[in-house]
Amino acid sequence: MPEVAQKINEIIKPENLVYAKSPVLNDDIMHYCPGCSHGVVHRLIAEVIDEMGIQEQTIGVSPVGCAVFAYNYIDIDWQEAAHGRAPAVATGIKRVMPEKYVFTYQGDGDLAAIGTAETFHAVNRGENIVMIFINNAIYGMTGGQMAPTTLIGQVTATTPNGRDVDLNGYPLRITELLAQLPGAAYVTRQSVQNPAAVRKAKKAIRKAFEIQSMKKGTAFVEVVSTCSSGWKLNPVESNKWMEENMFPQYPLGDLKDGSRADAGLYRIKG
Amino acid sequence: MKGNEVIAEAAIRCGCDAYFGYPITPQSEVMETLMAHRPWEESGMVVLQAESEIASIHMVYGAAGSGKRVMTSSSSPGISLMAEGISYMAGAELPCVIVNVQRGGPGLGTIQPSQADYNQATKGGGHGDYSLIVLAPASVQEMHDFVVLGFELAFKYRTPVMILADGVIGQLMEKVELIEQRPRWTNEQITEISGSWATVGKLASRKKHIITSLELDSSIMEQNNIRLQEKYTLIRSKEVRYEAIDCDDAEYIMVAFGSAARICQKTVQITRKKGIKVGLIRPITLFPFPEEIIADYATKVKGFLSVEFNAGQMVNDIRLAANGKTKVEYFGRMGGIVPNPNEVAEALEQKLIRG
Repeated sequence: MPEVAQKINEIIKPENLVYAKSPVLNDDIMHYCPGCSHGVVHRLIAEVIDEMGIQEQTIGVSPVGCAVFAYNYIDIDWQEAAHGRAPAVATGIKRVMPEKYVFTYQGDGDLAAIGTAETFHAVNRGENIVMIFINNAIYGMTGGQMAPTTLIGQVTATTPNGRDVDLNGYPLRITELLAQLPGAAYVTRQSVQNPAAVRKAKKAIRKAFEIQSMKKGTAFVEVVSTCSSGWKLNPVESNKWMEENMFPQYPLGDLKDGSRADAGLYRIKG
Repeated sequence: MKGNEVIAEAAIRCGCDAYFGYPITPQSEVMETLMAHRPWEESGMVVLQAESEIASIHMVYGAAGSGKRVMTSSSSPGISLMAEGISYMAGAELPCVIVNVQRGGPGLGTIQPSQADYNQATKGGGHGDYSLIVLAPASVQEMHDFVVLGFELAFKYRTPVMILADGVIGQLMEKVELIEQRPRWTNEQITEISGSWATVGKLASRKKHIITSLELDSSIMEQNNIRLQEKYTLIRSKEVRYEAIDCDDAEYIMVAFGSAARICQKTVQITRKKGIKVGLIRPITLFPFPEEIIADYATKVKGFLSVEFNAGQMVNDIRLAANGKTKVEYFGRMGGIVPNPNEVAEALEQKLIRG
């Protein structure tokens, strides 16, 4: 095989480089399962921070859930929040350091179940933060239990016969609800299962960070994601399952894109 | 001025950077006073009404991560809601000041004064092995002074400090001497004080800072716990504060904190007029508890009476400190009832002298 190694060495040259890992993403081996979306979204955030040149001004708030260790991989200052409280933690950070970039990174259980109140009120105040919402319709870290976004009929550790509406209620489309709030400046739903989707998602994340610097209100990016381990599917099957089952319930695209033009309506005059 | 208003005045004047809170009786005047002063226009201090006490304490957690001086206030049920966040702050070693103007419980209880959160405050209150520094004001002046002191201690030890007041002190009106307005810390000062840990944006010149209480490796987590316990041991050795009134010749000593101590001062006068030599120890720090002075007097007096607005919580700490050397009894009222000095005097005679 020496000729193969020689050929590889001929290819590895600076002039042949078309893509490199952002230095904002460090070299630690991620703990995420094969096929998980977290790693891709981490990379996109790192790239956006790198390209915007805001590494020294950015503070991340990691959640409770699989992404609790996001702070191990992206080379910025981090605060780890209690379960569901990331929007309150980010509010505290941003209010005392309004010139910094602050973002939360939360899963569906964190953002849409235990932290629903903090999520709604942070967006309703129009906190100038970015919220990244990883929706994989399951609790990954605790072993695959039902999430607020779990689909009807979806089998999880706590819905062994599938999610039953009579017992568990409906999948929560929290992103649609948040888009109604005047404090929300930008609300979008993305995915990262193929290169085209990854490019779109990166654009959305970049836009969210740019909106933060404009102080227009909350920028909210949902990423419909996979959880191969929780879904008990291989990575390829997971992507297919997501496209077939998640996308009809959680359609991709922008839900709101604008400034808080209507905020004045809520003020008492005089 | 009113005790609660003075909390707000002291916060502004000592250069506090941010207050996050949620209305609850009997301490709502704290945030109302802050909002009326509009300190964000003068000093840049942030004042924000949160959607809940849970959000308040986690806003405090976030803002404290910047190395700035941050506080909140609430009353008993609200403090219960904050317990998780306080535990996180103790675990992540973040400084802050938390004011609890106690009301009677359990549950929704009453809005009348109480000291029934003594155990909650002094034994941590949330999950895990941690302690807060707990200051117990007995006057409006101390409400003021302990905000200033609270921030000093919070940053000295990187730990949350609780001011454990009660509805009497919160609503009481007294003369108070306010400190001169002090400026908020500059970024340079913050860097000097908290630059080794604050999350303010990772400069190229240093490694990233991570504020977390999480550590899955038990051997490291045990070391984290040992470090915390060493801090509490240091606090126990350095920060005990108490007031001893008429104890030198005392045969009996009452122990009381906060507004209960005010009542007991009158009881000392009443009983001394009767020729009974009674003294009073007023713990100012409830954690660290003034064990040594109690242990010292335990060998000299015929008995201690713990006077509390609860079912008898501090009495257990007195018993531990006295270690069987003398009699330790309890007298108190619950549910928002404040005893009068004669009632206390009668209890003292009955439980320690006749009993």
